[in-house]
Amino acid sequence: MSDPTVRAAERLEPLVVETSEGAQGLQRREATPAGELSREVGSVLRVDGHAFDPSSIDYERRDDETMIINMGPSHPSTHGVLRIMLELDGEFVLRAKPVIGYLHTGMEKTGEELSYVQGATNVTRMDYLSPVTNELSYSLAVESLLGIEVPERATWIRMMMSELNRISSHLVWMATNGMDLGSTSMMIYGFRERELILAFFEKTAGLRLNLNYVRPGGVAADLPDGWEDDVTVICDTIDERTYEYDQLLTGQPIFRERMVGVAPITAEEALALSVTGPLLRSTGVPWDLRRTMPYLAYDQVDFDVIVGTYGDNFDRYAIRLNEMRESIRIIRQCIEMMPRGDYRSQDPKVTPPPRARIGESMEALIHHFKLFTEGFHVPQGEVYSAIESPRGEIGCYLVSDGGPKPYRIHVRAPSFVNLQAVPLLMRGGSMSDAITVISTVDPIMGEVDR
Amino acid sequence: MIELPANAPAGVITADVLKSDIGCFPTREQYFGLVSALKADGFELCADVCGVDYLEYAERSLPEGVLPTRFEVVVNLLSMSRRQRVRIRVQAGTESPAVDSLFTLYPGSEAMEREAFDMFGIIFNGHPDLTRILMPEDWEGHPLRKDYGAGRVPVQFKEAPGPR
Amino acid sequence: MALEDLQHNFLTGRIEDLVRWARRASVWPATFGLACCAIEMMAAGGADFDLARYGMEVFRNSPRQADLMIVAGRVSQKMAPVLRQVYDQMMEPKWVISMGVCASTGGLFNNYAIVQGVDQIVPVDVYAPGCPPSPETLMHAILTLHEQIRTGEILKRRSSGEPTHLDHQESPWTPEVPVAVRLGTPK
Ligand code: SF4
Repeated sequence: MSDPTVRAAERLEPLVVETSEGAQGLQRREATPAGELSREVGSVLRVDGHAFDPSSIDYERRDDETMIINMGPSHPSTHGVLRIMLELDGEFVLRAKPVIGYLHTGMEKTGEELSYVQGATNVTRMDYLSPVTNELSYSLAVESLLGIEVPERATWIRMMMSELNRISSHLVWMATNGMDLGSTSMMIYGFRERELILAFFEKTAGLRLNLNYVRPGGVAADLPDGWEDDVTVICDTIDERTYEYDQLLTGQPIFRERMVGVAPITAEEALALSVTGPLLRSTGVPWDLRRTMPYLAYDQVDFDVIVGTYGDNFDRYAIRLNEMRESIRIIRQCIEMMPRGDYRSQDPKVTPPPRARIGESMEALIHHFKLFTEGFHVPQGEVYSAIESPRGEIGCYLVSDGGPKPYRIHVRAPSFVNLQAVPLLMRGGSMSDAITVISTVDPIMGEVDR
Repeated sequence: MIELPANAPAGVITADVLKSDIGCFPTREQYFGLVSALKADGFELCADVCGVDYLEYAERSLPEGVLPTRFEVVVNLLSMSRRQRVRIRVQAGTESPAVDSLFTLYPGSEAMEREAFDMFGIIFNGHPDLTRILMPEDWEGHPLRKDYGAGRVPVQFKEAPGPR
Repeated sequence: MALEDLQHNFLTGRIEDLVRWARRASVWPATFGLACCAIEMMAAGGADFDLARYGMEVFRNSPRQADLMIVAGRVSQKMAPVLRQVYDQMMEPKWVISMGVCASTGGLFNNYAIVQGVDQIVPVDVYAPGCPPSPETLMHAILTLHEQIRTGEILKRRSSGEPTHLDHQESPWTPEVPVAVRLGTPK
């Protein structure tokens, strides 16, 4: 007679999770191929040529003592519609796998149907916290295919707007990160300061989000009268407030407990995972496209690239906080050095005639009409233009067949790539650290899924 | 144009492309060898992997000797030490496009390759988990292919009276 | 005991009015942020716009505790079943605001991936236009909904399961311009 307790344990079905996404979700360990398993446990670096051996992971526990739980896609701390499946041993994460696509919008397909003039409207909705960088990478790609130069003022306006945008994006990050850690005041403060910038955006571009302000050939409108004062007020206020955040968070014991030393990543791992942005800089790699491969006029302004040391949550927080200060520095220089002149290229091929002339001249009217119905033709070719968004390298790969619409538009989204670091960062940490991991990786789901 | 590293497969066609990037046009067989040679040569970061469907634009300009196929896989590598980018365009095939996966070289290419599979149906040999990533699991077809319609729904206004 | 003998002040009213008043003054939204619009929804809850004025600052994370679902953003084909499930988990009475053109009609993205209007999945009470609707627009939508609750029926159950169309509604609600609504930037 065998032991009845053993038989009872054998009869128990292992907890199999049924989800609608089938193979995309986290499978039971036996059902997962070795390569995939290595990713889910966050093992990134391997000696080249050696296959990953799944038995090398020491689970300590049998499979039926762990559980697979599902987090999201509607979850308050997943920043949108991220879904993460976790295998937990008690409170600790053994494996993690992000399941994405819940916000897949088909923007790359829609982008093929819109003309180059309309294209900016589409791409700006990808990363909705930093619309300017999306438009910028798209516009730079179109411009380098067209081979046109934008006026100097447009370049500086673009630079100033993308730095303002970087601040507002980091402010939302500070706010939501505070929220995830339970600091509701930070939430209120972050959104309060952000309103300042959004009010300026509204004044300049007409919208608070999704500006469609940077367009191929320049920017949509000149800066409003008195912009220097507005921007100076923004800089002064936010500069001062960053020190308040310092007081509120940086030295705060609970905050430090949850951030310092939690979820570290090394430079080799980050590079292997193609991670960019603050996540990469937190490991000590001074890679910021604004400095290393300058675009716009970033080689003419003075700023520091902030790097971390340990690659932990706290480094990522400190980098974002200090990047806001650096952005303010850049903006102040922009105010000083803003050149006069046109805010968009005067090349009639890409720029519509001024509104006043449309009423007077038939030719201008026809020109305007053609530009907005058919759009301009872009020479054949392909280009990849990459810039630094608040989350890392955002690149736009554009293929043109000579027509008025892109043949293929692909956006290399930093959050999409950075999300691959999540299993690595979560491994071995507790469930509550998993929340801070999602938060400090800062994925914007609109950009992840496009 | 720069020299390819010495251990790169022989006969890879290179060309200058826009914006001071280098373009390489390996065949499917040369592809993996070329990328591993480049990686050893200091291209640390695999910035981007994406697919392109050239169904309606087959006459694109390619250097001499490259045999165009319908699908192309475009890989952007970045060398941080040299501050240089290289773009690799592999002709992936027409009927059943397939190339080798870069997963063993750059683990970070995993999600991007999965996306190219989901959107174009390009098979990446040796990929650990080639499932759909953006579309639902039971979706049919690969949406970014040129013969896949955009799926437009004609706009109708519910309150509007019917045609008169 | 006659009313005159009572020691306290009192009000009389119809139970319907009381229920409507209570419901209207404590609509708790569920956090259902999807895309760009969710950021504006969060901004509406922030200091500048302050949804707390309407007793709505408590964004409930559990659908069981929420009365109002603000569908903020584009709904993809993959998300649609999830959205429906969250809606089904909410307790009656429940309301839905479709925030932004994407949720209302699909908006800019008329393609394979996006559900062309969330009203194909759940019944919608108020549509907030805009891309993204500014927090003021969202608040206008919320106040419109409040007005709808104040004047609506308290026991009406919605049909569930089938997609709703406007012509299914038995007694169409005639929009009254609520007295308390004013549009404008609060700054
Ligand atoms: S309506 Fe506009 S802002 Fe709202 S989700 Fe859609 S694209 Fe984003």
